[in-house]
Amino acid sequence: MISANLSAIFYLISGVLFILALRGLSSPETSRQGNFFGILGMIIAVTVTFLSVGNFSTGFVYVLIFILVGGSIGALIAYRIPMTAMPELVAGFHSLVGLAAVFVAISAFLNPEAFNLGMPGNIKLGSLIEMSIGAAVGAITFSGSVIAFLKLQGIMSGSPITFKGQHPLNAIILTSIIALIYLLCSTQSSNLFWILLAVSFLIGFLLIIPIGGADMPVVISMLNSYSGWAAAGIGFTLENTALIITGALVGSSGAILSYIMCKGMNRSFFNVILGGFGATEENSSSSSKEQRPVKSGNADDAAFLMKNASSVIIVPGYGMAVAQAQHALREMVDTLKKNDIKVSYAIHPVAGRMPGHMNVLLAEANVPYDEVFELEEINNDFANADVAFVIGANDVTNPVAKTDPQSPIYGMPVLDVEKCKSVLFVKRSLSPGYAGIDNDLFYKENTLMLFADAKKMTEDITKNL
Amino acid sequence: MEIDPLIFRLSIFILSIFVGYYVVWSVTPSLHTPLMSVTNAISSVIIVGAIIAGLSGNSDSVFNTSSIFGFLAIALAAINIFGGFLVTQRMLAMYKKKKKDKK
Repeated sequence: MISANLSAIFYLISGVLFILALRGLSSPETSRQGNFFGILGMIIAVTVTFLSVGNFSTGFVYVLIFILVGGSIGALIAYRIPMTAMPELVAGFHSLVGLAAVFVAISAFLNPEAFNLGMPGNIKLGSLIEMSIGAAVGAITFSGSVIAFLKLQGIMSGSPITFKGQHPLNAIILTSIIALIYLLCSTQSSNLFWILLAVSFLIGFLLIIPIGGADMPVVISMLNSYSGWAAAGIGFTLENTALIITGALVGSSGAILSYIMCKGMNRSFFNVILGGFGATEENSSSSSKEQRPVKSGNADDAAFLMKNASSVIIVPGYGMAVAQAQHALREMVDTLKKNDIKVSYAIHPVAGRMPGHMNVLLAEANVPYDEVFELEEINNDFANADVAFVIGANDVTNPVAKTDPQSPIYGMPVLDVEKCKSVLFVKRSLSPGYAGIDNDLFYKENTLMLFADAKKMTEDITKNL
Repeated sequence: MEIDPLIFRLSIFILSIFVGYYVVWSVTPSLHTPLMSVTNAISSVIIVGAIIAGLSGNSDSVFNTSSIFGFLAIALAAINIFGGFLVTQRMLAMYKKKKKDKK
């Protein structure tokens, strides 16, 4: 058994290590060291908890068993998961954090003595408030993440589910959560605690269903943030510095990522949260249905264009991930580089289904990270490049965002692909992207459409080079 | 008059939000996915609460309603801790620099 002061100091150390873990991610070179700091912080926190409880009886064995069982499941998932499925994995993990927070809160509510919070039915007011906030946010995180997971996995339709009176209903439920917490604290009734949990699960579910599948980058970041606030709430209850620091870090991290994602789509956070992007797209797409001529080509034409280029910029999008074309793409780029053609990659902030998703997929295909550029870094280079190779991206290249104030995506930052001498656009058909609007780029004089599966087309081009 | 310890915790909390704000803005965008998976892993430090709950039973009865929830939370958090750190490790190992000697 170690003293409460000593363990508090160790929790502080582990909190600092977690800060260093995030700090390490400022560059790929230091990132692995950062991850190590994170693991170290976790080991310290867990060990100190064992020592401070000091109960090495039968219960201790069970704790180890459960850690081992959970740990092996987690390790197995971590090694098996394909990189394309990262968004689902992260959503799934968020739901577990949320549920764990709920369970800890339930446990503390049922047996407050173990946590030094008072007696059942007479829990310290401050602790009860913190506990119920932690439990409510945890429950919202859980059910919201489950919906996000189902949508990403394709088990549930990605299209927004909206119904009449949705926003008033959500507003009523959210108000009732606050009322329930107030009542719970004044009566200490356990029934109210269960009702609070049930209502929180419900609102988490209702908050995420109206958000469309392609807004998932925002949703995932938001749930990331929630899971942090839930952890912080529990941290206050347990008077644990490591949890409070971590909760604050994760909470602000998720919030910043949500902000970056919203900015990448030029939409306000509330606009995304309230859903209904699907409603505006219908009328704008149906109005302009006239057929416009497009130029289409085959792998041979594409190879010819690229062979005669001196610099090529690749614009990957989610479609590349779906077609699993990243390895084929790397091979194509290798061949280009052998012919002394300069190749770089341009990544839009919302490419893929979660922040940074494309970067991971390219890294997996052995693309060096110093050839991959963000929108602001590379956008001026398009004017000097010979060929832009758009593979699986669509809306993020649409020049309409710069020219047509009527367009739903007007004002969204886009890659200036059309400034290239020629554009190769790999796509299965002319169908619009998730925003439901036509891409003007298809009809430009210098655009050559390559209608095919992204992977097959890339392989064919490589053969022809 | 003494200051309520809650105020100290609140100070830590608020300051940590600011630390988080500046640290996360310095994360390079290409590492945003590992950032999410690692934040996931560290937020599972909630396992400390779960362990306290799990060990709350006495030696005669290890399992009571409260400790069962604790054990379940331990398993969930452990999935996250191991899964989160390992998948982050796996991703970070893939980020490589351009090889200079290769032509």
